[in-house]
Amino acid sequence: MKKIFYILIVFLFKFNIAYSLIEVDITRGNLDPLPIAVSPLHVDPQSDNYQDAKTKELGELISSVVEKNFRSTGLFNPLNKDAFVQKPDIAHLKPRFEDWRLITAQALVTGKLLLKDEKLKIEFRLWDVAANKEMIALAFTTTPSNWRRVAHIISDKIYERLTGESGYFDTRIIYVSETGPRTQRVKKLAIMDQDGENTKYLTLGNELVLTPRFNPTNQLVTYLSYFRNLPRVYLLDIETGIQEVVGNFPGMTFAPRFSPDGKKIIMSFAKNGNSDIYTMDLESRLVEKITEDSSIDTSPSYSPDGKYITFNSDRSGLQQIYTMKSDGSGVKRISFGDGLYGTPVWSPRGDLIAFTKVRGGKFYIGVMRSDGSGERLLTENFYQEAPSWSPNGRLLVFYRETKAGKNGEGFTAKLWSIDITGYNERELKTETDASDPSWSSLLSK
Amino acid sequence: MKFNKKITNILIILISTLALSACSTAKKSGGAGSDVYSGSATVQYLASGVKDRVFFATNRSALTTASRDTLRKQASWMRKNKKLNVVLEGHGDERGTREYNLALAEKRANAARDYLLTYGISGKRISVISYGKEKPVNSASTPLAWSQNRRSVTVKTK
Repeated sequence: MKKIFYILIVFLFKFNIAYSLIEVDITRGNLDPLPIAVSPLHVDPQSDNYQDAKTKELGELISSVVEKNFRSTGLFNPLNKDAFVQKPDIAHLKPRFEDWRLITAQALVTGKLLLKDEKLKIEFRLWDVAANKEMIALAFTTTPSNWRRVAHIISDKIYERLTGESGYFDTRIIYVSETGPRTQRVKKLAIMDQDGENTKYLTLGNELVLTPRFNPTNQLVTYLSYFRNLPRVYLLDIETGIQEVVGNFPGMTFAPRFSPDGKKIIMSFAKNGNSDIYTMDLESRLVEKITEDSSIDTSPSYSPDGKYITFNSDRSGLQQIYTMKSDGSGVKRISFGDGLYGTPVWSPRGDLIAFTKVRGGKFYIGVMRSDGSGERLLTENFYQEAPSWSPNGRLLVFYRETKAGKNGEGFTAKLWSIDITGYNERELKTETDASDPSWSSLLSK
Repeated sequence: MKFNKKITNILIILISTLALSACSTAKKSGGAGSDVYSGSATVQYLASGVKDRVFFATNRSALTTASRDTLRKQASWMRKNKKLNVVLEGHGDERGTREYNLALAEKRANAARDYLLTYGISGKRISVISYGKEKPVNSASTPLAWSQNRRSVTVKTK
């Protein structure tokens, strides 16, 4: 009886699958996450210390990082390992697909690790369970301490193969760590892996720091620091720790971002009660004034081709979003809905601008097309702002503050992310309170 | 109850200042001055009778009649104390985006600075710094706290 059942299933699948490989539609949100089995990586018997429990554990750790990445997308449903029938080493050679179909897996990840002479070699395969096919097989060699990054790179490769979009797991998020009471808040620059691991603090908290942003082409960061009580835009190399002031402005510079080629910083400079937008070329140090208006012009962000800038201005009376050519010509207001609009930031895909909207005492994170049409509000809350795009333009990370009681009690600031579909809203766990997140580009391109 | 009463009082004062300032310097359209703090709970004194701070309406940097009065007293205090320099610290409330608040608070402190200049104080004696919404005096999430946090504070330097 059971055998017949098996055969039937195989038959059915054979029939179906001739046409379609599995594919995850990420434009619709997470209504129907794809069941995926992530088999623990098995240890190659040729490894040094093959019998060592730590070596075996490494295989499990890597697969659990991959699994956690998939779960966080809301697009995949990693299946419980207890239900796995096939041993990891055998599955990696050639899965018995019908076994995996029985537990409803549609995709299967298997892998192997070899730890020899202080080198870690990781091999993985992605299988289409329904089509009885291998979809990718890749191998990486690295130092053993680098295992986490390899887990993220593997996650990206699988995500790319299944969704047709580039991944975002091998990335980091820089943010402002916050501690202490609100009236004496201590703020430090902090950086962590996209999944919340490997938190490192980059400043000591002696001076106020705000709005760190990654250079899209490397691991430089620009941010606002109140060093010596002079609020200025700084540049920080996170590998060397070297910091320098950007330009020689006789007043506050703030709201910095890099140009898409990483060669310029665009920012606001405030003087005598007027904030305008400037750029500075990091190589020639040439400063250019981009806007000239008696209103507040701030929060500039380049389009990914570098030809346009979106920014925030109250030239119409209250905060609204504008676009202009990168030389400052052709200024156009694009936000016309009810309420105020701030923090526009251009998607790395170029099609959308994410923003913060304030209406009726509530704060929204939303997206609109770069001509202002198609406004969609993704999430509503008491206070939230400062969206930053994932490098593939599918997610936004932002920060959210809770309402404080009479003496400031109950106040928290946390990082959250949401798909641009409006689905899969979730908190990014941080060691301390956190704000002003900025998502890096992929570390390995 | 007591709180409600306070609010009502504030509102009455606000409405009257609105009426007074309506025709003077409406820099931007929309009801400026509608939620300016007019109490003295957070106020300190630079000298007898000289308040150290002025308050602003939501999203505004225009000075109210009461603010101008405070600043005139600060100006005459500075004229009497010629060696004294000040820094004007501009602030916003938590109900606005961080970067816009930095710009707005700079504009508020400069509005106060400009007024001191018109009363004969040398620009060399006045510096300005914006803290945006980073240094609230009242950490509650209430309209009262927000109104106390939208301020420009005059601080003595050496």
